[in-house]
Amino acid sequence: MTGKSAWSSVLDVHDATVAYDRQPVLWDVDWTLSEPALVAIVGPNGAGKSTLLKAILGLVPLVTGEVRIFGEPIAEARHRVAYVPQRESVDWDFPATVLDVVLMGTYGRLGWFRRPGRTERQLALRCLEELGLQGLEHRQIGELSGGQQQRLFLARALAQQADMYLMDEPLAGVDAATERVVWNLLQQLRRQNRTIVVVHHDLRTVPEWFEQVVLLNTRIIASGPTQQVFTPENLQRTYGGRLVILEEAGRLLPGQRQP
Amino acid sequence: MTHTQLVVLGTALLGLAAGVVGVLAMLRRQALLGDVLAHATLPGLALAFLLVGSKQIEALLAGAVLSCMAAAVTVWALDRWTRLKADVRLGLVLSVFFGAGMAVLGRVQDVPGGGQAGLEAYLFGKPSAMLQRDLVWLSTLASVCLLVVTLCYKEFQVVAFDAAFARAQGWPVRFLDGLLLALIILVVVVGLPVVGVVMVSAMLILPAATARFWTNRLPVLLLLSAWMGAAMGVAGTLISAQALELPAGPTIILSGSALFVLSMLLGTKRGLLTRRNKASR
Repeated sequence: MTGKSAWSSVLDVHDATVAYDRQPVLWDVDWTLSEPALVAIVGPNGAGKSTLLKAILGLVPLVTGEVRIFGEPIAEARHRVAYVPQRESVDWDFPATVLDVVLMGTYGRLGWFRRPGRTERQLALRCLEELGLQGLEHRQIGELSGGQQQRLFLARALAQQADMYLMDEPLAGVDAATERVVWNLLQQLRRQNRTIVVVHHDLRTVPEWFEQVVLLNTRIIASGPTQQVFTPENLQRTYGGRLVILEEAGRLLPGQRQP
Repeated sequence: MTHTQLVVLGTALLGLAAGVVGVLAMLRRQALLGDVLAHATLPGLALAFLLVGSKQIEALLAGAVLSCMAAAVTVWALDRWTRLKADVRLGLVLSVFFGAGMAVLGRVQDVPGGGQAGLEAYLFGKPSAMLQRDLVWLSTLASVCLLVVTLCYKEFQVVAFDAAFARAQGWPVRFLDGLLLALIILVVVVGLPVVGVVMVSAMLILPAATARFWTNRLPVLLLLSAWMGAAMGVAGTLISAQALELPAGPTIILSGSALFVLSMLLGTKRGLLTRRNKASR
């Protein structure tokens, strides 16, 4: 840390440990993000990547440790944080239209009992347009393709008008068109000086897309600027002996491309 | 108002409330909870009957509510402290409470003057015994359910669709689930004298499941389910009034089942025929 106070950072996860049924899923995670950034969290399956997002959001109890967002406990900072859960976490058969779901992003600001009005609907339509879903607002959500459903979740997060976006695998199993739209959105949010933390599975795109990276395997193996942290040695320590992945990742690291 | 009119209005109000609450229970994956809670009223009912001696409706309903709450707490505690899956927890609590109820019911028969006389109405439902006073109860129930669901529509909606997102947004998901639980208990307990322990849960599930075949929109689903609930109440009561040997509880449920089967076939959004036509196109 430079001379700055620890609490003035964007995000501060301090000594966080999370356990399910006494089995530690996150162990003593210490991670500080002092400036807004576009961050990837990578690590093998079961490394606790989703759990880290949930711990930041206060959705799972911490055994020990503390989380601060913009210097405040999560309960005080909720209105500044948007969450994009995994697409599979909800039932897409739910009786709702595309517009219904985007509007949910505005509920936090509305508070109890108030219904979304014209302002909220206009905002929702703009968010749909940002993600290339214009014209689909009256569709039943179950009729959307997987990629469109993923974009709908992002549109809902966009409608939250937050300063920090926590996204759980927004690029898992999406089509090329969606990938392009999502990537544009991330860059655009970043240009607006927002913080975006993305649980990411595709190691190939990490160096190209993300400024910062967190390598996670129950503990934090390394975190910091991608160029310094995303090294074969650190990946080896994160993924252990999974050589196939490592070779592939190594081949695609900047400056190490094979002819 | 004639007595038949009173009974028809009463069952319609119950169907309306159950239809609205049932949709929320179904979408929050709590459809079975109504069944568990309905069966769990039995020990409370029977104990209250033993203690008070005569069939005082207030005492009986208080017993039923307490018994329901004990069952709900048990389901919650099993979730908190064991790794039993939801279906096991629900099945366990339902059968244990119902068993205990039946045991106490056996004692009731031995009490002089007990003879199950009053309690039978609660087991199988007896809308024809409805009084003006019951109608006041039922209209209060319907108003409370409509009011709560109208006020908290968006809160219930977001929790039912995506509870993790709702929590991240700061909604008190446990409180809202508790509120829904309270509504379910209310419908179950007030519905007991009308359709009985065994069938009141069907009042929660049938209209919601039936209405789902006709719409993909939540507001429409709520309205439609309320109307379906009222319709099955009215139809069942009238059928029972025509054929005196048939108790009203079963005729209400059978009317609902008929609506369900029709909707399953013909429903414009998810009916089997619609889906087949869509697939063959």
